[in-house]
Amino acid sequence: MTAVLEQTAGVAASSRRGAILSVRDLKTYFATPAGEVKAVDGLSFDLRAGQVLGLVGESGSGKSVTGFSIVRLIEPPGRIVGGEISFKGQELTGASLEEMRRLRGRHIAMIFQDPMMTLNPVLRIDTQMIEAIQAHERVPIAEARARARDALGKVGIPSPEERLKAYPHQFSGGMRQRVAIATALLNQPDLIIADEPTTALDVTIQAQILAEVQKLTRDTNTAVIWISHDLSVVSGMADEVAVMYAGRIVEAGPVAEVINAPRHPYTAGLIGSLPSRNRRGERLRQIHGMTPNLLDLPEGCAFRTRCDHADEACRREPGLFARHGHVHRCFHPCREDA
Amino acid sequence: MPFWFIKRLFGALLIVFAMTIIVFVGVSVIGNPADILVPPDADQVERLRIVTALGLDQPLWKQYLSFIGNALHGDLGTSFVFGEPALKVILQRMPATFELAFSALILAILFGIPLGLYAGLRPHGLLSRSIMAGSILGFSLPTFWVGLMMIMLFAVQLGWLPSGGRGETVDVLGVRWSFLTADGLRHLILPALNLALFKISLVIRLTRAGVREVMPQEYIKFARAKGLTERRIISVHVLKNILIPIITVIGLEFGSLIAFAVVTETIFAWPGMGKLIIDSINSLDRPMIVAYLVIIVIFFTTINLIVDFLYTVLDPRVRLESGG
Repeated sequence: MTAVLEQTAGVAASSRRGAILSVRDLKTYFATPAGEVKAVDGLSFDLRAGQVLGLVGESGSGKSVTGFSIVRLIEPPGRIVGGEISFKGQELTGASLEEMRRLRGRHIAMIFQDPMMTLNPVLRIDTQMIEAIQAHERVPIAEARARARDALGKVGIPSPEERLKAYPHQFSGGMRQRVAIATALLNQPDLIIADEPTTALDVTIQAQILAEVQKLTRDTNTAVIWISHDLSVVSGMADEVAVMYAGRIVEAGPVAEVINAPRHPYTAGLIGSLPSRNRRGERLRQIHGMTPNLLDLPEGCAFRTRCDHADEACRREPGLFARHGHVHRCFHPCREDA
Repeated sequence: MPFWFIKRLFGALLIVFAMTIIVFVGVSVIGNPADILVPPDADQVERLRIVTALGLDQPLWKQYLSFIGNALHGDLGTSFVFGEPALKVILQRMPATFELAFSALILAILFGIPLGLYAGLRPHGLLSRSIMAGSILGFSLPTFWVGLMMIMLFAVQLGWLPSGGRGETVDVLGVRWSFLTADGLRHLILPALNLALFKISLVIRLTRAGVREVMPQEYIKFARAKGLTERRIISVHVLKNILIPIITVIGLEFGSLIAFAVVTETIFAWPGMGKLIIDSINSLDRPMIVAYLVIIVIFFTTINLIVDFLYTVLDPRVRLESGG
């Protein structure tokens, strides 16, 4: 079953079966003085329990906005203007603020990009972890504390009992991210949205954190949306990958298929620009041009102006073409042997 | 006691010492108290007797040395006017000033922080903008004028509150307090509000600025992502962060509340230290002036020390750096 589908009634209905999260035609716009920025413009995908979805794209492609839209933490002037987000049968776009609050941290947890910024500098770790439990359950403080300690131990923080009493500045960046992950796991959520959680970390730490999250979510059958600009990170851990460009998914499918046989020229470009894929001594390949201005997108295919395959046909909006659960949004897909 | 604290304590003592020199020299150049204290019809012999008795015939450095010597024994000189130890006279008036300054401080916190929080959380609302406009007024209107207007409105026109004095007082631990009786409280309201007005404005602006700075931080978003209630986010995550600058300023301002109670005390005939110093300056009561200023400086430096100490309690990062 594919992760990404066009919003056609029959396909949508069948895909929702077994999905814990189902996003349909999500539109999140930002009203700016210069005009309406369509950060996310018609996004649809499904996620099953325990599934890891990699959401990949350049900065400004709308991947983070997608994550924050799901938990309804888009800050003004951003606003969800259309679409449906169905989480375990509950419709989130129309949910009340209190319903959303109960969901956040309990059923849908988040991990943020910069671990230096996500923990409150003036509160002790135990305070910040215990409150995450007590926001959702009436638990005695000693029991909440024990759970926090166990969670810290699980993410590989040595002597967790003592570290609970520490303040965030007494931790390194990698350790802080472990604390954030432990916090996200406290209530055993069904879904974790990880917004570039390894981007701000050293490469060696990145690998450790990746392995840690992979192991912990597999053990508890937690679904993950892993947002990243780094295709190589995603390819190592995701089951499915969705590539975003200018607020839309341009290609999606099982990770091996997308990486080995990309259809969309943009995906092919991203893969081609990975240093490991290039031969020694060769110039690194790159996608020419710049991320498009979301206020001034080209008509039709948004990638048209940067694409080698583009022609007159691309002035029209490409639909979503699907084959064996691998979908792409392009009139001139790359051939599989390319 | 940590090493940094001892260092700070030593610095504070140095400041008090340096300040006594400045005060002593400053006071001695503003006029000769003998001109005011000696009756105009006294003869040369009588005049000389008084000058010698007050120690004014000695060179300034000798006067200073004997002052320091006495000060180290807790004697800040004897008032020319009252004929009593200056320290005793000031200490008698101190509770009244403290009562006034504390009331003003409490008003500043009670009004300033909630109004500032509101204005910071809804920066574009009509009420928020009114609060901010009001705070500008509180900053810029002179205290004495506001005090007079308050008396005009509440005491003269409406007749709701008394215009001056401490009202009925109660003795607790040998000190008279106004706030414990209904009548005393009625007397306290206007001067306390008058003195607090500037501080309320200050706390409003500080709180609002703090809220505006903290709200967009990632850790607030993370707190929301944890599913915390808005109440908990504001009362713990936001407030604890903005409390650092607020505590500093409130602490430092407490010193100035006591020092600048002068104006309010004079207008509302509040029998505190501020009124005393004005009277002492008018009569060139040198030991009183010096003693008052020394006490104020000790206040300021002590408050500074306490604020430094509170910092380390509030901001864990300060604790680590200063501990090293």
